[in-house]
This record gives sequence, structure tokens and C-alpha cells, in this order.
Amino acid sequence: MKAPLKWLRKYVDINVCPKEFAEAMTMSGSKVEGIEKQGEEVLNVVVGKILTREKHPDADKLQVSMVDVGKEKIQIVTGAQNIEVGDYVPIALDGSSLPGDKKIKKGKLRGVESNGMMCSIQELGYTKYDFPDAEEHGIYILSKNLLTEKYAAGSSDEKELDSKVLGKDIREVLGIDDDIVEFEITPNRPDCLSIVGLAREAAATMGTSFRKPEINVKEAGGNINEQASVEIRDADLCPRYTARLIKNVKIQPSPEWMKESLRAAGIRPINNIVDITNYVMLEMGQPLHAFDFDYLKGRKIIVRRAVEGESIETLDGNMRKLEPGMLVISDAERAVAVAGVMGGGNSEVTENTKSILLESAVFNGTSVRITAKKLGMRTEASSRMEKGLDLNNASNALDRAVQLIAELGAGEVVSGMIDCYPGKVEPRSIKLEYEKINALLGTDVSQEEMIAILRSVEFSVDEATNTVIVPSFREDVEEMADLAEEVARFYGYNNIKPTLLTGKEMTRGIKSFKQRMEESILDTMTANGFSEIYTYSFASPSIFDKINLPLDSELRNAVVVSNPLGTEFSIMRTTTIPDMLTVLSTNYNRRVEEARLFELSRTYSKKAPRKSQIEGKDESALPVEIETLTIGLYGKVDFYDLKGAVESLLAELRVTGYEFIRESENPTFHPGRTAALTINGEKAGVFGEVHPDVLDNFEIGTKAYVAVLEVEKLIGNAGATAQYKHLPKFPAVTRDIAMLVKDEIMVKQIEDIIQQRAGKILEEIKLFDVYKGKQVPEGMKSVAYSIIFRAEDRTLTDEDVNKAMTKILDGLKTGLDAQLREQ
Amino acid sequence: MKEQLNGIQASAEKELATAQSIQELENLRVKYLGKKGELTSVLRGMGALSAEERPVIGQLANEVRVFIESRLDKAVKDLAGKERTLKLKQEIIDITMPGKKANFGRRHPLTQVVDEIKEVFLGMGYQIAEGPEVELDYFNFEAMNIPKNHPSRDVQDTFYIDDNVVLRTHTSPVQARVMKSQNPPIRVICPGRVYRSDEVDATHSPVFHQVEGLVVDKGVTMGDLVGTLQVFAKVLFGENTKIRLRPHHFPFTEPSAEVDVSCWGCGGSGCRICKGEGWVEILGAGMVSPKVLRECGIDPNVYSGFAFGLGVERVAMARFNIDDMRLFTENDVRFLKQF
Ligand SMILES: [Zn+2]
Repeated sequence: MKAPLKWLRKYVDINVCPKEFAEAMTMSGSKVEGIEKQGEEVLNVVVGKILTREKHPDADKLQVSMVDVGKEKIQIVTGAQNIEVGDYVPIALDGSSLPGDKKIKKGKLRGVESNGMMCSIQELGYTKYDFPDAEEHGIYILSKNLLTEKYAAGSSDEKELDSKVLGKDIREVLGIDDDIVEFEITPNRPDCLSIVGLAREAAATMGTSFRKPEINVKEAGGNINEQASVEIRDADLCPRYTARLIKNVKIQPSPEWMKESLRAAGIRPINNIVDITNYVMLEMGQPLHAFDFDYLKGRKIIVRRAVEGESIETLDGNMRKLEPGMLVISDAERAVAVAGVMGGGNSEVTENTKSILLESAVFNGTSVRITAKKLGMRTEASSRMEKGLDLNNASNALDRAVQLIAELGAGEVVSGMIDCYPGKVEPRSIKLEYEKINALLGTDVSQEEMIAILRSVEFSVDEATNTVIVPSFREDVEEMADLAEEVARFYGYNNIKPTLLTGKEMTRGIKSFKQRMEESILDTMTANGFSEIYTYSFASPSIFDKINLPLDSELRNAVVVSNPLGTEFSIMRTTTIPDMLTVLSTNYNRRVEEARLFELSRTYSKKAPRKSQIEGKDESALPVEIETLTIGLYGKVDFYDLKGAVESLLAELRVTGYEFIRESENPTFHPGRTAALTINGEKAGVFGEVHPDVLDNFEIGTKAYVAVLEVEKLIGNAGATAQYKHLPKFPAVTRDIAMLVKDEIMVKQIEDIIQQRAGKILEEIKLFDVYKGKQVPEGMKSVAYSIIFRAEDRTLTDEDVNKAMTKILDGLKTGLDAQLREQ
Repeated sequence: MKEQLNGIQASAEKELATAQSIQELENLRVKYLGKKGELTSVLRGMGALSAEERPVIGQLANEVRVFIESRLDKAVKDLAGKERTLKLKQEIIDITMPGKKANFGRRHPLTQVVDEIKEVFLGMGYQIAEGPEVELDYFNFEAMNIPKNHPSRDVQDTFYIDDNVVLRTHTSPVQARVMKSQNPPIRVICPGRVYRSDEVDATHSPVFHQVEGLVVDKGVTMGDLVGTLQVFAKVLFGENTKIRLRPHHFPFTEPSAEVDVSCWGCGGSGCRICKGEGWVEILGAGMVSPKVLRECGIDPNVYSGFAFGLGVERVAMARFNIDDMRLFTENDVRFLKQF
């Protein structure tokens, strides 16, 4: 909401500079976004009068003029064709500046000296729409009537006028010298979307007095009720409808003061009737609508819901199909306006309009909001209407408008007002509980001060009953907490003393087991050299093909966003692999040598409905959110770096009972270099080398490795606190063996046999070499282990160890056809 | 015999003085003091001495032994010292060569900010609450006093799944879940991912993170809120940080405030970070609206509470002097390694 200070000052005294004013208003709750200094960029531009006009000796298209700028007479060369001797025009003097950081300096044009520039309206930073009397092209010729009206009190003495206006700053003359304060008004305060509302707040903020507009209507006789009627058929959507009738309408431009006010508020002046409705809307916050009364069939207004098949051509020239349920204003035969949104072309006020029915009504905010949204036309009126208007303001605003119509000679106001008010409500009253307010705020505001504050914003307080009557424009104030806010914002939020929470019952500030385990995961991953990434939870449906997912994969069944920012962001991801690959690709293509990354995030699964967590609330419409640990890496790494990370994680979380099982059918991964992680028989994740086709899809020109693990399954199997085991008292015995086995035998098979055969004295098996190549026959590999034995209660003898070794070697021979090699 | 002993002492002294290595000294030890050494062989001849001479010579022999032993020990010590000094000299290295570092990874800057916030509030007795990101409209809006078709829904730019399911626009639905499932006293923070339909640019993202806090108990005041936020701001932005509350409107709090912290760039005198204001808006806060309390089954006549919320990206950008939000989700390793 743009509030020109001049306009505000009509209703409140502002005795501080604009910046201080803005600061104070912000601190009492009317947030100032900024202060626009009108005409700030128009410097040293004054009114001049053309004295002579001659052709330039050396240029056909240029003219040379002497111009009187008050203090002196200067010569100016111009290319403009629309000036005449005696015209008053804006002159940018030598050293002046214009919008767009344009500097004007004297100089020569084709050899003739020019000491300034005559300005068009565009050069002053405005358009023909702001100043309808300006010519589209050419110099802005100032209206002599305007100058006379404003500076010479209507005197026809040209000398006197000249002495008053020549050399005058153009900003003052055009009324573009105001400070415009831009407020950000929150949706709960529609009353502040008006000059009057802001003036009320300003007065309360600064402790000055608030003057309401004085409204007195000069009626011209007759009786509106004999000439027109209003019927509200759907009172649920229209609590109040007021109307007045204006006869002998004279459509003409509005006076300068009104045009200046509108311009400053960002509204283009059009004609007196339109300008008055806009002016009153800004000033009083109530949208008005003017119908050409002669086009209202049956001289009747009916407020009703639209019927099936109804349509209307709105003022913007568009044909609108109306849905049943939308509220319309109709005459005896057809819709003439979409209520609270926009009027119809069939009853539009034109230059030829003779009689006007002026509407000031309140419609149901939600209904207006839905209608405006459906029709795709949010207007200034609808956006005010949908926030909820003050029912009691409608008639005041209407009177204010007709007062101006009469005062400006725009028409004659027929006596009387039509006022249909089916939604009249008693004013709201709230008990004023001083102690409770102070208790909520943590303050010690006296009763007197509270009452003074509330009265300053027009709440009435009955001290005898301790009751507050809430003004009708404050729909938002419903109970004690709301009153507390009123008190607090004028008492000063920053006068509230900071205190520390006290409480008899302690709360424990601790992390849950799950949260501690998540910390553990972060620590383990970073300690292993992996950095954490964040990626979006949205995805494109095309990601599934990019990672080679089969068409029938259940991961393709994703939660779909109904109003996404684009297809790229249209589903909630069911897998994090594409995002990890995208990040690896970004780094790879930026020539980052190595990346070791992880992400702790969620995927969203529709596989099973979410279980209700809150009594009485069905959450089955929600997906299950699966917390996922994704690991990704490329560079001087291989499968075992990734596996090592997974293993350290399992170790850190003290997960037991896990197994790695070859997964050769996963289309995203390399068929021979991929493993599934199972914990106690349940699959908890998959990891491995990414399939080269998938790497190609992501433009990754090197091998990359990815793991996806379900955090819940890791944490669910996390072990309890470590339990101390005695340090060994007796020495260990180590035996090394090396064997030749078939290439396809996995070390796990060897280790399982050693494990089974070694008996209780086995402490550890360490794989220390796997070799293929020279001296190893084709199709075989050499595998070497250190096997460490130890007994808890005695020093092992050679015999003990030999017995175990024999069993192991036998087992390896018979089980795997292993050939023992000499050490 | 006496002469013999004196001779041994003299020659040992001489030889010890010129010995150059530990080995030589060892050889001398054997030569003089060993089982077959000179001193031993002299002593073997003691049997031939008279009873009067024996103790005299015996004492002398002992003196010679002690003399040689002490000289020998001293020489060994000196020499070892010299050798060690020499060795140390030879062991000089180029200390400007690079150190060997363990290659740690980094927590994402956003995680680091959330970690710090968690730490502050854990210390003040808060717990950490979580909830779903794809959320019922009820928890996200209605329980927060934002009914369907309410104008303030416009401010929220919501992603919808269907009429009743949204991507949560704030972490407030977690507050509603906590209040509905837990009795006061409640002290929780709710960190998490939230969604609003903003196009991606340097300062906007459709996916971002918030931390909200909620306290409900008997006798909680707005002063408590101010005090809490003050502690928080000081921890996060430095001991000299001041806060400023401006009245604002949120449907779920009453009274409501926007909270500025004094600019960490200039301390309040005005700079680029604060756009000359001296203050930077960082939080939204307020006393929990009685409507919200009632909706969540808590009697506002008995309990009161406060809530606050802040954007993690915003704080991280301020903290680490990051000028483009997109860096957070681009995840360039060279970016991640800086924090
Ligand atoms: Zn600053």
C-alpha cells in the first residue's frame, strides 16, 4: 500500500521526518518497505515561457527560442514542433538532471548555443497515462488554466502569473514532490489498506491526533427509493449492499489535487467519476462500483448467485463464463457485474453517461477469492474484498464518494441511500483482563496505559465493566491474546524485558537414540573422507529411464506434485541415485579429480500408506518417507573403497548379523560388481559400481560407485553400548597359509571354512594377498591368509595349533579343491 | 705388584683417553676388567703375598678397578653423547615439506548451522522433533489457524499433492503433531526441509530448510521468548549481538513478531549485508495463538507458549558469506571442502 505523506497529513499530524516516521510505523506493526521520493531524479527543472520561436539557420528541423525562466532569459535550441510563443513548458536548465541519470549541459547545436532543454512528459519520468493532457510526442505544454488556478488565484493578469510561476521547480508545479511511504500490510489488517486506516495507526504510534474525514453530503432532492431498488437474494454472500443515485452526471477531468494524490498512490487519473471511486477506495479502503443507471434494466439491482450457462463481458473486454455459485450483481434481466471483482461492459460508465448508480457493498471474502481465482482476474477490488471489509464502512465510503461528486460538480446526488444490511452484527466485546495480558507479555503495564492504548486505536473501553468493544474494522481482534498484541505493539515490543524460562517440571534436552545414531553416521562418513551433500527432493519422471529402471519397477510409482514448477520438479523422488549421479557428474565435468560424497535424505514411497501417528488423524493419504543414506564416489577408488565405507559404518553402529550378497540383476549397477547388504536376513541396501550405460546417461566419463542404504534398518539393528572384553593375557600364535583356488571362488567361502574348522582358539583371519598372473595357472588365483590363534586361559602349544591347521587345510582341500602352496 | 697395578691404571687411563668408539671402550673393558683381563690376572697372583701385604694390595687393586670403571663409564657416556649429537645433526629434515593429512570429509554447511542451533537448544532443555515433509493440509494449515481459502494461504505459495495433502510450507506441522501427542511442558525444536513454489535463483529455492522452536508450559511469557531469542542470537552471531522485535502477523501466533538481529557485518552502523539498515531480519516468532493451542488439545487458560522459526539457508549464507543459494545444492566438492 502506497501512502503519499501529503494525503496522510490530511488526517494526522506527522511532526517527524519521513525516515523517522517510517521507523516508528514499522515498530508499531505497519511495516514500511521503503520511502519513494517523488521526482527525486528531476533536478533543476523549472517552468519557462516561450518568448520567441525562429528557424535554426543551418537546420530545417530545429528551432531556436528565447525562454523566460524567471531569473533570466535563455536561448534554447529544440527539435520539437509543438511549441508556440506564449507556451509554458518544463525547462531543464544547464546542470540539471532527469530520470535515467540523464545530465543536461549547455552546448551548441549545429553552431547555435543552447542553454537547456525543453522536456516532454516522458523525459520527466511519466507517461501520457499519468498526465492525460500531455501530448504523446513533443514537449509537455503546461496547462495555463492549471497554473492560474494553482498560483494566481484565477486572476487573468498574465504578468502576475509569470512573476509567480516562471522559474518555479517543475516538481512543485506538477505535484510530483511528495514522499510516498510504501507499507507492507499483513492480511489480517485490511483496515490499513487505506489512508484513513494508516492515519489512525500513525496517530496512535506518534501520540498525535487522528482526524477522520468530515463527511457531509449535499443532496439534490428526489428520493432514491422511488427510482431504484436493491434485492439481496443470497444474503450469505452479501452481508451489506448500499447504493446511491447520481443524476446529471458531467464526465470531465478531476481537479489537479485529486490527480496528484492518485498519481502519488500509483493510480492513473482517468475522469472524475472513475477517479473519485479510486480515491475513496484508497482513502477509506472500500471498493466502489459505478453503473450507468440508464442501462440497468428494471432500474433494479439483484445480488444473487450466477445460474447455469450464464456469462458476462467484463470491463476488460473479455467474455467470462460464470459458474453457478459465483456471486453476481444483476439487473432485472442479466448479470451486470461479477460481485466484488469486476463490472460488466453492459452497464459501463462512459462519456455519455447521464445517471449513475454507485455501489458500496461487502461481499463474502472467500466467495470473492474463489471467484476471482477461477476467472483468473484478481483486481484491486477483489483483493481487498477477500480480506474482509468493515461492514460499517460501506455507507461512510459511499457518502464520502457522493460528497466528492457533489463538491467537484460531477453530478447531483439524489436524496437518500439504499441500504440492505442483512448481515448486521453486534459489535464484539472482550473482557479486558489486565493481569492476563501482563502475564502473557511478561510486562507490568498499568490499567490506565492499557486503556489509553486501546482507545488510541478506537477500541472503546467500559471501565465499569472492564469490557472492550472492538471496532468493526478490526475483525482480527477476537480474544485476550489479540488485545495483548494491541497493547504490546504500542507499549513497544522492545520494552518487554527479556527473561529466562522457568519451570518446575524439567524437560530433558537430549537426542533420541535415532538422532544419536544419525550423528554417528555423519561422523563415520566424514571421518572416512566423505563430504555431505544436499539435493532437491523433487525429481523428473525421466530419471527412472536414466538409471535403467525396468518399466514395471515399483520405484516408478511416485507421489506427483499437482502444481509443480516444471516437469523437472514434478514428482517426489523414490530414489536418490539420480541426484547423487548428477552431483558426481557436475564435479566430474568441472574437472574435480576425486569426489567422495554422501547424503542423508528421504525418499517418498507410495508402496504402503503411512500409519497414523496422531490419534484421530488418518495419515494413510501420505507416503512413507524413507530415510536414506546415499554414498557416491569416483576418482582413485574402487569397489572396495565403497565397501570399506559401508563396513566402517556397520562397525561404528555396532550392527551385527549382516551379510554381503552378490546382486547381479540390478540394471543400475555393474552385474559383477554389486552387492546387496542384508542385516539379519533383511535387505538394507545395495552398493556397487554404476553400470556404464547409466554413467553414459549422466555424462560421467569415469567409473563411479554408489551405495543406497536404508537408515532405519541400519539404526534398527544398531548395537547397544560397547561391553569391555578383557585384554589378552596369553600370547597369540600366527600361521600364514597360501593356496591356489579356482578364480570364481570368493574369499568368503574360504573364510567360512577356516571359521568352521579352526575351533574356539581362532582369533582372527587376515587376508593379505590375492594374486593372479605369473606362476599361477590360468583360471586360478593365489590367496594368502594370516590366521591368528589364541586361547583365553593358557599359552597355546604347537600341538593345539597344528591340530587346528590340519583341520583347516583338510577342509579347504575337500571343500574348495584348494592347493596349498609352500610358504 | 704395586707397580704392576699402578702401571695398569696408567695405561688404562691413557688408552681410555684416546678411545674413539663405544666398541673400543668395550674392548678396553674386557682388556682390563674382563675375566681374563689384566687386573684379574694380577689379582690371581695375590696368593703369593704375605698376610700383611694382602689387604694393602687388595685395597689398591680395588681402587684401580673403581678408577678404571668410573673412567670407562664416563668415557662411554661422553662418547654416546657425542654420537647422539652427531646422529641428530644428520637427521635434519625439510620441515617445509607438506604434512600428511587424514582426508576428512565435511558436514554440509547447512548441517553445520543446524548442528549449532541444536546445540544451543539442547542445552536449554529442548528436544528435537521431526515429522513428514509430505503432510496433511490439516497439520500444515488448519491446525495452524490457516483455514482453507484464507487469504494468508496466498503468502505461502504451496505445492499441493491433492486437496488434502501438501508439501509442508514450514515445519510448524511438527509443532502441531508434538502438541497433539505430548503433554506440557513442551520444549522442542523442529528442524527440517520445507517447500514453497519459488523459482530457483540466487536467493530463492523451492526446497529449503527451517528450524522452528516451540515451548508450552504454565506461565510462559513473551519476555521469555525475548530472553530465549537473545541467548540464541548471541550464540549464533556473537556475544555483542542485539535483537529487535517488530510487530507482525502470523496466523499461528498472537502477538507475533519479526525479529531482526544487529548486523554482524557492521554492528549496526549500516553496510552492504544489512542494506544500510544496521539490522537483518532473521526470525519469525510469537506467542502461540490460543486458537492453535485449543486445536491441539491444550487449554490456553492454563498454558501459554511461544514459537519461533528461522530459515537455515539464510543463516548459513550470512554466517559463511555465501552470496548464492544455489551453491548449497550444486555440491561442488571445492565448495563443500571449504566448511
Ligand atoms: Zn551491516
